[in-house]
Amino acid sequence: MREVYARPRNVSNTTARLARDHRPCIEPAQGDTFIAFDCRPAVLDPVHAIMNALSLRQLNKTYAGGVTALQDIDLEVPPGDFFGLLGPNGAGKTTIIGIIASLVRPTSGRVEVFGHDILTDAWQAKSNIGLVPQEFNFNQFETVSQIVLNQAGYYGIDRRTALERAERYLRELDLWGKRDANSRELSGGMKRRLMIARALIHEPQVLILDEPTAGVDIELRRSMWDFLRGMNERGTTIILTTHYLEEAESLCRNIGIIDGGRIIENTDMRSLLAKLKSQSFILDIAGSVSDFPTLSEFHAVPVGERTMEVEVYGDQTLSHLFAQLNAAGVDVTSMKNKSNRLEELFVRMLDNRAQKTTPRTR
Amino acid sequence: MASLYPAYPRQTFIALRTLVWKETHRYLRIWVQTLVPPAITMSLYFIIFGSLIGSRVGPMDGYSFMEFIAPGIIMIAVITNSYTNVVSSFFGAKFQRHIEELLVSPTPNYVILAGYIAGGVGRGLFTGLIVTIIASFFADLRIHSIPITVSVVFLTAVLFSLGGFINGVFAKKFDDIAIVPTFILTPLTYLGGVFYSISLLPEFWQKLSLANPILYMVNAFRYGILGSSDIPLGIAYTLIIGFITAGTLLSLWLLNRGTGLRS
Ligand SMILES: Nc1ncnc2c1ncn2[C@@H]1O[C@H](COP(=O)(O)OP(=O)(O)OP(=O)(O)O)[C@@H](O)[C@H]1O
Ligand SMILES: [Mg+2]
Repeated sequence: MREVYARPRNVSNTTARLARDHRPCIEPAQGDTFIAFDCRPAVLDPVHAIMNALSLRQLNKTYAGGVTALQDIDLEVPPGDFFGLLGPNGAGKTTIIGIIASLVRPTSGRVEVFGHDILTDAWQAKSNIGLVPQEFNFNQFETVSQIVLNQAGYYGIDRRTALERAERYLRELDLWGKRDANSRELSGGMKRRLMIARALIHEPQVLILDEPTAGVDIELRRSMWDFLRGMNERGTTIILTTHYLEEAESLCRNIGIIDGGRIIENTDMRSLLAKLKSQSFILDIAGSVSDFPTLSEFHAVPVGERTMEVEVYGDQTLSHLFAQLNAAGVDVTSMKNKSNRLEELFVRMLDNRAQKTTPRTR
Repeated sequence: MASLYPAYPRQTFIALRTLVWKETHRYLRIWVQTLVPPAITMSLYFIIFGSLIGSRVGPMDGYSFMEFIAPGIIMIAVITNSYTNVVSSFFGAKFQRHIEELLVSPTPNYVILAGYIAGGVGRGLFTGLIVTIIASFFADLRIHSIPITVSVVFLTAVLFSLGGFINGVFAKKFDDIAIVPTFILTPLTYLGGVFYSISLLPEFWQKLSLANPILYMVNAFRYGILGSSDIPLGIAYTLIIGFITAGTLLSLWLLNRGTGLRS
């Protein structure tokens, strides 16, 4: 016996489509149990499992001074994602986050958090977001616990729940011992953790962190990574910006690359790595570099009289390279691997883009 | 704001309570900066103008000079403290950027406004009370009408808290929070009939004084305490309530636009 899910009359088309995406809808056949309403719980109950956690549509931002910080940003982050927003300084990362968190007014465009518009459905939308900003923004004269408790109050959380949560998150973030210290007496790393505790006090579905590990030592960085991974495993959607590819690589499932206010890449981590992860090899050859053939699939540049540098991307193989070189009659006398930082490639990718005169259409 | 009734009444109330307590706690914590100075300054006024000089000035409007100036001096304390509290607290929050804690939260704008105003009114009335107690050592203050006294002082505190709020919204640097109090508020207060009855002035200056809103508040308050005023009470109330309405609407409009808060 199969179960067949069908659209009940009172569920709209889009909702039904959402349901279909999450539960298979099969054509009913003889003998099937026809469960007409069974797709409703999947639609209406775990709303959070179906709607995008975050959806940005056609965001544009031109600051009062005339700087155009964002152009036509479209971005969807599914629930439960660990999303990394990467880009060089001034790319527009903080501006995007500012708009999501209602700190920056978009010039045009819409933001929805789990389907709640941040302007028209502010209470729901904002209650679902926790923000860890790039720069410290504490009241210098308040203590650690006052800061998190006040924040709880702004979200309408009653005192008793707030006290419980404050203790839980301050302990988890190793700040419980500092609960009565003034925020200005904390070290940089402690302040970062306090910003995380403050952002979690209302237990948001989406946690947004703007360069959370800037200026944080390696040990703390690792423990913050573990903490964020744990949060994500327990269901929190996490969006973070970073300059460190290593951080993005180790944490994120999906990646958006932003440059000059535009999203230039929006893909999953694995594809990005395949694209970025190339190795460069230094080949010493028997003949002169002028005899080196033009390779159809590999990028090769001369670096000396008898030395070539060849780039091999993640989806290419060395044997393939050597097959091509053999066919062209090139003798390779020695080869060494030039350690190639992911960062370098990332930078090159952005550089390439900057050199292109025509805007990229994606 | 489709409806005035909040969609999340309980949460909205908690947010308001949090902000009111935070603002109250702020001026109580720094009481040496907030509550002591007006007590000292106003005591000096009473000693110098009331006792020392006042004894030679003779009666004003039929009251001893001390009695005459006491209500005005209480009003000075209320006006400056309400204003200063809100402008410094709000500008401080902008400057240190912890206003962002509120902006990212779902706390509605009218709660943000109400919270800051509550802080200003609280400090204004608190200092007003302190100065009244001090004044009672110097003059025999019998309150003519409690409802008038209390309503005028309360409304005045609300009005100047709103003024401080608007100033705080526009302020970009610390200078900006001192300009209005120094160049507008203080002169208007001192020329607002605190130390003299405008009937003493030549006709031209009397007319000009009537353009000063603070004159109406000082006189209405003096009426509450002494039972005498240079101006009709109805006009005073209309004026104060009119200004409060305008100030509230302007503040909410500025908050909704995000002026000075959201780039
Ligand atoms: N308040 C502001 N007023 C005017 N221009 C601004 C403002 N904030 C940012 N900008 C400009 O907008 C652009 C994007 O800045 P944004 O802070 O979003 O970059 P970012 O990607 O976060 O950079 P970083 O990695 O350095 O944090 C920059 O050109 C910046 O100068
Ligand atoms: Mg930034």
